[in-house]
Amino acid sequence: MNDETIIRVEDLRKSYQESEIIKGISLTVREQEVVVIIGPSGTGKSTLLRCINLLTRPDSGRIWLKEQEITAPHTDEDKVRQHIGMVFQDFNLFNHLTALQNVTIGLTKVLRMDSREARDKGLWELERVGLVEKAASYPAQLSGGQKQRVAIARALAMDPDVMLFDEPTSALDPELIGEVLGVMQKLAREGMTMLVVTHEMGFAREVSDRIVFMENGYIVEEGPSRQMFYAPKFTRTREFLGKISELYGENRPGEMQ
Amino acid sequence: MLDTLLLFLQRTAPELVQGTKITLQLALIALSLGILFGLPAALARVYGGVIARRLAIGYIELFRGTPLLVQLFLVYYGLPDLGLTFSRLFAASITLGLNSGAYQAEYFRGAIQAVGSGQMVAARAVGMSRLQAICYIILPQALRLALPAWSNEAVSMIKYTAVVFLIAVPDLMGQAKILAGRYFNPIEVYLSVALIYIFLVFVATQIMGGIERKMRTPGLEMEIERH
Repeated sequence: MNDETIIRVEDLRKSYQESEIIKGISLTVREQEVVVIIGPSGTGKSTLLRCINLLTRPDSGRIWLKEQEITAPHTDEDKVRQHIGMVFQDFNLFNHLTALQNVTIGLTKVLRMDSREARDKGLWELERVGLVEKAASYPAQLSGGQKQRVAIARALAMDPDVMLFDEPTSALDPELIGEVLGVMQKLAREGMTMLVVTHEMGFAREVSDRIVFMENGYIVEEGPSRQMFYAPKFTRTREFLGKISELYGENRPGEMQ
Repeated sequence: MLDTLLLFLQRTAPELVQGTKITLQLALIALSLGILFGLPAALARVYGGVIARRLAIGYIELFRGTPLLVQLFLVYYGLPDLGLTFSRLFAASITLGLNSGAYQAEYFRGAIQAVGSGQMVAARAVGMSRLQAICYIILPQALRLALPAWSNEAVSMIKYTAVVFLIAVPDLMGQAKILAGRYFNPIEVYLSVALIYIFLVFVATQIMGGIERKMRTPGLEMEIERH
């Protein structure tokens, strides 16, 4: 593992109306690290991810992407987001575009790559998620698992410094979860820096380097995944891990078809 | 009866053709102006700041809340008092265009909202600016979704243009009025005119149906309904 810091979050806070969702979170993700964030629903995990790529403006606190402080005034948000890939729970593929066009539109419209080059890169990214034969299919013609893999390819195409995953398998039927986790595991092996919000404990245990347990807007505990699973410092972490493993089972990141 | 109608049509063909041309011209201009006014108004309503949103709502409610005829008279007879004098055809075109724009704004707004906020978020996440997201992601979907309602507007507009005869624009209805006065046979005149309107509407429906088929994207509607 490399020591370069990709993301550094310092004392981040965010409120919606009266309720404070994130109550002072600090977090560091280093290059090639896979960090999994776990915790009960509504504890600010998604909000944290959305703050990191500036889809949501934090109330206070600072965020750095590599050396750049992206919460500084006059930051070009669009530019920042080009370097941060994001995968959503409900895929959010562009419905009027084919799988290939979904992957290439960022290349042609944002990076101004010429269309031949973008097409080659797009096909290569689809190949990476095992879906090159679906290049001409529209989202409605794909299964949930396939949609999510295209969404991953779309984010990868921009060559991001880090990939954020916001519960990428929560909207999937159980039999489709494995193929998405498989792609994510492959990315991790290739050295992609990843910050993943998930309930998939199998993935957390086998793929992640570090686990962060969040509750009520705080980080309760964080540590290497082995330690978090087998020797958590806090009872609350143990309780949650026990409950969540029971509830969701332990889907192992399967091999890709 | 049919013989007399045919004979009559033959005799009045030049006037009726002239009127039909003006009716078509008015409808096309009004629909185009409608897009020009309606689309920005819809975007302002959905994405605009407070002021832009209020202006858009004001425009939409003003033109949807008052009769087309009142609008027409205000523009043609009222505005000259403020120093704005228009030709009949110009007054008719601009009024119909503004009116259509208000309705089209609402169709476009509904379609934009039906696309769903997730598409905007995903577009921004790829690094697009708001404007890029609107141009490349939101509008291509919204315009497809708005097509059926827009077809309906096109059909309605062909018929709405008939009110302009009241400011003496010689459209199809205006010609009919003149011909009925000249030949004292209102039944034949208005029946002929009705048939011409039906024909125009039929053609418009066919064209819009063709565009809808051409723009169809597999499952776009299906996918949208889930949101």
